[in-house]
Amino acid sequence: MSFIQNTDSDREEMLRATGVSSFEQLLSPVDPALRVKGDLKLGRPMSETEVRSHVGAMASRNRPAGSLASFLGGGIYDRFIPATVRYVLSRSEFYTSYTPYQAEVSQGTLQAIYEYQTMIARLTAMDAANASMYDAATSLAEAMFMACSIKRSDRILVPAALSTRVRAVLESYAAGRRIRIEEVPWTDEGTMDLGRAEELFSEKASALVMANPNYFGMIEDAARISDLAHSKGALLVALVDPVSLALLSPPGEYGADIAVGEGQSLGIPQSFGGPLLGFMAARQEYIRKCPGRLISATTDIDGKRGYVMTLQTREQHIRREKATSNICSNEGLCALSAAVYLSTMGEDGFREVARQSAAKSHALYRLLSGVEGCVMPFGDNFFQEFVVRMPGSSESFLSQARAEGILGGIPLSGDYPLLGGDAILVAVTEKRTRAEIEKYGDIAAGKGGGR
Amino acid sequence: MSATIFEKGTGGVSGRYIPENDFPEERIDDLISRSGEVGLPRIGQQDLIRHYVELASKNYHIDKGMYPLGSCTMKYNPVVNEEIARLDGFTGLHPAQDEEDVQGALELIYNLESALCEITGMSAFSLQPVAGAHGELTGMMIARDYFRGRGEDRNVVIVPDSAHGTNPASVVICGFTPKTIPSNDKGLIDPEILEKEVNEKTAVFMLTLPNTLGLFEKEIARIIEIVHRAGALVYMDGANMNALLGLVRPGSIGIDIMHVNLHKTFATPHGGGGPGSGPVGVREHLVDFLPVPRVVREGGGFAFDHVSEKSIGKVHSWYGNFNVFVKAYAYICACGASGLRAVSENAIINANYLMSRIGKWYDIKYPGPCMHEFVASGRNLKAHGVRTTDVAKRLLDYGLHAPTVYFPLIVEEALMIEPVETEKRETLDHFASVMERISIEARENPQILHDAPVTTPVRRLDEAAAARNPDLCWAGPAGGPE
Repeated sequence: MSFIQNTDSDREEMLRATGVSSFEQLLSPVDPALRVKGDLKLGRPMSETEVRSHVGAMASRNRPAGSLASFLGGGIYDRFIPATVRYVLSRSEFYTSYTPYQAEVSQGTLQAIYEYQTMIARLTAMDAANASMYDAATSLAEAMFMACSIKRSDRILVPAALSTRVRAVLESYAAGRRIRIEEVPWTDEGTMDLGRAEELFSEKASALVMANPNYFGMIEDAARISDLAHSKGALLVALVDPVSLALLSPPGEYGADIAVGEGQSLGIPQSFGGPLLGFMAARQEYIRKCPGRLISATTDIDGKRGYVMTLQTREQHIRREKATSNICSNEGLCALSAAVYLSTMGEDGFREVARQSAAKSHALYRLLSGVEGCVMPFGDNFFQEFVVRMPGSSESFLSQARAEGILGGIPLSGDYPLLGGDAILVAVTEKRTRAEIEKYGDIAAGKGGGR
Repeated sequence: MSATIFEKGTGGVSGRYIPENDFPEERIDDLISRSGEVGLPRIGQQDLIRHYVELASKNYHIDKGMYPLGSCTMKYNPVVNEEIARLDGFTGLHPAQDEEDVQGALELIYNLESALCEITGMSAFSLQPVAGAHGELTGMMIARDYFRGRGEDRNVVIVPDSAHGTNPASVVICGFTPKTIPSNDKGLIDPEILEKEVNEKTAVFMLTLPNTLGLFEKEIARIIEIVHRAGALVYMDGANMNALLGLVRPGSIGIDIMHVNLHKTFATPHGGGGPGSGPVGVREHLVDFLPVPRVVREGGGFAFDHVSEKSIGKVHSWYGNFNVFVKAYAYICACGASGLRAVSENAIINANYLMSRIGKWYDIKYPGPCMHEFVASGRNLKAHGVRTTDVAKRLLDYGLHAPTVYFPLIVEEALMIEPVETEKRETLDHFASVMERISIEARENPQILHDAPVTTPVRRLDEAAAARNPDLCWAGPAGGPE
């Protein structure tokens, strides 16, 4: 299937008009010795029918979490997505447009992103948000750079109860500038050990990162953590779950300086972990240190309201090596998803999503509390996700659950040996039903298979 | 002007989207610590859809018309790829699922990596970087760890003055110091200058091929040899790979590290600024440094390999922008070997044809055959008080999109034009004739250009006011009691 529309005779006439007799003449700057000999080994072109069946067959060789009862989380969640999101995203006016370099003909994208920025700023209760980052991990890495440049110290403190994947991204970003990342352990309640954090502050650090909820799902004492960071002259960088913010105190309320997080929950399919949506919001005084695109309202020469990309002197295409970041293409369409999702669900619907996620996860927690041998090491001060040790091995539990159409959780022990034993991370979103949750409990209690 | 969704969504009623809570007995009020409402809209579905359709109507997009942005490769995005990428078997996958349950996804990743290796001549690819700049950054991390591992203290990355802005920005994040070298009078890298600049401190020479002027570096073999002789690596920004498919394989001519942009060369949509995908490829000696995990063949199937001692680690939470891979892979399958070569041939023919037409009215600083794009200059219009910005804005009035303007920096009043292979000759003719009319207007009635655009949803916007006093966030009320 070719998407080229010119015919052989078009090409001949065009070559003639160009003043050459053959295509080869146009390639005269390329030394023949450097040219590909023969054809690439890629096979013949496929028709649309063949492409659909070849690639479609790969899709059908997967067993998607979306079609099972998924209790997998760890940053990516199986959530309800209203039809409005796919409808708006399928409009080619949005998905086939480029970065809004010509603002006059990009007002749709620009206004939508401005509205997205507003929603993120409101969710986080911060002064302003940028137009999107790649994912939570890279947002946090960029926040790390911001903090190190604002506070002029190349040391940051992060919680040990942080996703190991996020941690790995931080490490690879930090290595170039030799930023030191040190870990604050968790307490018996699975939250940040403030005593240890205080000790770690005996040496200057530019930021204390707090994940709230943390990777084990636990809700942190954000106000105290914020006070500690600020009393030590460091910034507080909050890594937050956007859905939790419908219920939990937002970063702006407890004085966070930068808030980042993963926006996949806001209308974006799981898609094997990408594309995702990193968000970043900051206090007013740090906006000019922010990476990425920022959209501002302004007026045109007739005084009409309009939108433009702004503060571009922070950006790579103007500032080159002095830019705040190298980011160029970001996740614009995913930001649009988030805006459509949040405006569709609205204030009340969005809060209901958060309430149901909390209620259902706590319902499963209570159920498992009654199962002999199930241990929840950290108690119930969590939002929608918690750690559990199953009676027997978690591997056998997970494989039995999987056989019964339930994805039971993410094994943790490999990455967090300090958890001891066979722990898994269980997430419950608003999509899980009473029947699925009860079945989960039955399998944990060794009563699976019969229903 | 469209009212914001917050104004439209004040005091309204949202639809009901999720079922009643089937655990009504579960008390969670103790968890609630947020003091007030978020401030999200309350809006019915019809008005919500109208809002976004109204916004959509204010966008230019590739399905509407030609999008000649240089170095952006705005080609047609096949609609079947959108359909395939939306299959539940792809969108419904959680990245922490059992490998057994995601065999199709792993196979697709494996096949796409293999196809990219075949196309570029590199030994291995990682699909983890999610944008071109992210790929550059990953490439620089690979170079950094490679030299650290060898105990070599090399901290300089040489970048030509025609490079994309992301290049020096990516270099700095990795702790390298960028050193810019000037292009010669033909718009090319001068091997003599390069030879003087490279030394035992040089880690990488970073180039774009074809360069941002649309020119193939004639001396590329010598350039690579100079860099290698100094013990440094050559990085290729593959943003312009649309010129080389089936014609030149960077890995085969000695490029050590490169990235490609799936959202340019491989026809995945740009989404108004992402999601993109910027896979990084390396030659044999650097394979162990690629991000983890990597997809490998195992037994009769596919598996993740999480372990590589030399790996730079991770650059993304999971495996990159998987959904974009699906579209790029479908595109490569549709094109096949012969189709990909035809892509580059047609991209080159279209660019040269358009250059010959536009060159009658605009200055072409570097004539002679170009590759997939070329740079014209509006400097001959300056005598009439007309700037390149004015030409760009006037194009919008004619219902077209403007080229990339004022880049590359080494061409005065630059208009960087990439017509891409999917545009038909008639479309190029139309664009050329509009460019011609605009150049006549510039001479006869420049005020029309200064006033442009007049037909667009808004006219020229006050960017200076926005930068002085940014309004990043709607301050008015939203929601209101239901």
